[in-house]
Amino acid sequence: MYVAVKGGEAAIANAHRLLADRRRGDRSVPALRLNQIVEQLALGVDRVMSEGSLYDRELAALAVVQARGDMIEAIFLVRAYRTTLPRFGYTNPVDTGAMQVERRISATYKDLPGGQVLGPTFDYTHRLLDPELAAGAEVEAPAQRPVEAEAMPRVSAILAHEGLIEADGEMPLDHVPGDITREPLQFPMARDIRLQALSRGDEGFLLALGYSTQRGYARNHPFVGEVRIGEVELELDVPELPFPVPLGSIRVTECQMVNQFKGSAKAPPQFTRGYGLVFGQSERKAMAMALCDRALRAGELGEDVVAAAQDEEFVISHSDNVQATGFVEHLKLPHYVDFQAELGLVRRMRAEYEARQNEDKAAEEKREAAE
Amino acid sequence: MTDIATYNFAYLDEQTKRMIRRAILKGIAIPGYQVPFASREMPMPYGWGTGGVQVTASIIGPDDVLKVIDQGADDTTNAVSIRAFFKKVARVAVTTETATATIIQTRHRIPEHPLTAGQVLVFQVPIPEPLRFLEPRETETRKMHALEEYGLMHVKLYEDIAKHGRIATTYAYPVKIEGRYVMDPSPTPKFDNPKMHRSPALQLFGAGREKRIYAVPPFTDVVSLDFEDHPFEVQTFDQPCALCGAENVYLDEVILDDHGGHMFVCSDTDHCEKRREAPTSPSWGGRAEGAGGGNGQSSLSSTPTPALRADPPHKGEGKEAE
Repeated sequence: MYVAVKGGEAAIANAHRLLADRRRGDRSVPALRLNQIVEQLALGVDRVMSEGSLYDRELAALAVVQARGDMIEAIFLVRAYRTTLPRFGYTNPVDTGAMQVERRISATYKDLPGGQVLGPTFDYTHRLLDPELAAGAEVEAPAQRPVEAEAMPRVSAILAHEGLIEADGEMPLDHVPGDITREPLQFPMARDIRLQALSRGDEGFLLALGYSTQRGYARNHPFVGEVRIGEVELELDVPELPFPVPLGSIRVTECQMVNQFKGSAKAPPQFTRGYGLVFGQSERKAMAMALCDRALRAGELGEDVVAAAQDEEFVISHSDNVQATGFVEHLKLPHYVDFQAELGLVRRMRAEYEARQNEDKAAEEKREAAE
Repeated sequence: MTDIATYNFAYLDEQTKRMIRRAILKGIAIPGYQVPFASREMPMPYGWGTGGVQVTASIIGPDDVLKVIDQGADDTTNAVSIRAFFKKVARVAVTTETATATIIQTRHRIPEHPLTAGQVLVFQVPIPEPLRFLEPRETETRKMHALEEYGLMHVKLYEDIAKHGRIATTYAYPVKIEGRYVMDPSPTPKFDNPKMHRSPALQLFGAGREKRIYAVPPFTDVVSLDFEDHPFEVQTFDQPCALCGAENVYLDEVILDDHGGHMFVCSDTDHCEKRREAPTSPSWGGRAEGAGGGNGQSSLSSTPTPALRADPPHKGEGKEAE
């Protein structure tokens, strides 16, 4: 006899208790501390901060542990927390030209003011697994050199002197930057809103779309004008004070992609730009973001929209991994009411189909008998 | 880090609630119109009822009595989880009784027991746009609504009839609200559509991921789209509920063994339990009640209006001790 499912509450509680047990794993292995994650899994923490849209290393590390290393789950935890925080103001735009740079490379110039600085990069490492790391070998201190006074202007400022690259876009003076966390997304959107959405967009999704533009789906001939990683200062205007108040600094990765452009009815031949800016250190994300940003400017530059990466509604509606994972995974929830409705329909249609088949068969037999 | 995070009553901060209430009021003022709102991340995943939870969190007060159902049942895991959430963050009384609840949050069903004035039914909506599967672009569908351009939907329904002999939409069956907006009733089976028509209860719809809120105010016309020669009809079942014997209610098919054995039982668990407790004198009518009922294949385009309960539930009525 069927017994209605009861005790959901106890089942859920027990499932979560088991989850906590599995999260902790073998008790004889020391539990992770947050500072270990902050220090030693820093790029994972950066991704959680970036796509979680909350710059707080310790909370991101907590989210990583709580999510058992599932990055999208960690990002979700951070988002659900940040959304409850009061908004007490907006900082002034950060000046990435004044960044304390740890890494800066350009693929368009062999040398440029400020020079090429490799910084802490995986580039040119041979991807050979390192048994010494597993054995916990000592790591030597990094080489250092004195800080140079030379400014490190953004590469876009250098190219702009010839007028061959488009200038930084300008918004009308009365333009108030949008805030996708406070206002509903609406299409079509201004570039500031679009960049916000891309900056918190899923790294894998943007990577695949950026890659698709390189393979010919809305090819836009990109060059890495510059990638820079480092600390930028945050400043807040406070109404009572005549000067902006420094709030501290954050680490960001900025990518200026420079794209060849043959010109259109709307714009002369020149180099156009795509822009990427993310929290922490993530060149892959910043570069993918810049490729997507450029592709999404198709309408503005008078290009034909022919590929997915150029389609604003497609890209922005599907770039948020917290939304995407929720909706994909909601298919686990019971759907038996709707399934029942469909089952009833298919049964009826199937019965009609079989009746028709039988009629046809009977008619054929009759015809054969008559012949 | 060691600061214990505290949350506002019903989780959302008051500014957010005000923003959502504004969207709700606009939705009530323009029945069936999808109002964009700045949906927040919630502590449960998108697609798991975040829209409904935000609507409920914005309208709930300490005196409310909350009922949460999923697939018609109070004890499905997600309903249990959402009910536990509000018990925790709003400390409201909860109930499984349709009649005593002041707010009912639902996924995929409308209770069989007729709703009354003063009650609010909050739907969780995955895809609020009824035209979405005909036109994927939001920019286009908004234009179609603005111009009242619903030809595409009628063509779809007509093609169903041409191909299958009938309209092959069994749930999320499109409705027209007060003669103006075509609206998605959320993925409830079309069986429940007639219950929405001129319901004395306020019906609110929240789509968190898609960031839309819409509403059907009390006593509003909700007409399922159909054709004169193919009138709208609801599902019927050949047999009554195997547990309580109810007819003209929506049933779930339960698989009993691996030899094709199955039985049909009420999808609305509260309704079924109430009938089994008092099979001879159900407090709200005989065996064949249910606004969504109707009999067989006869025309159901005229929708029965649920009877008004003489004494609508008051706030706090039927409150359970915690």
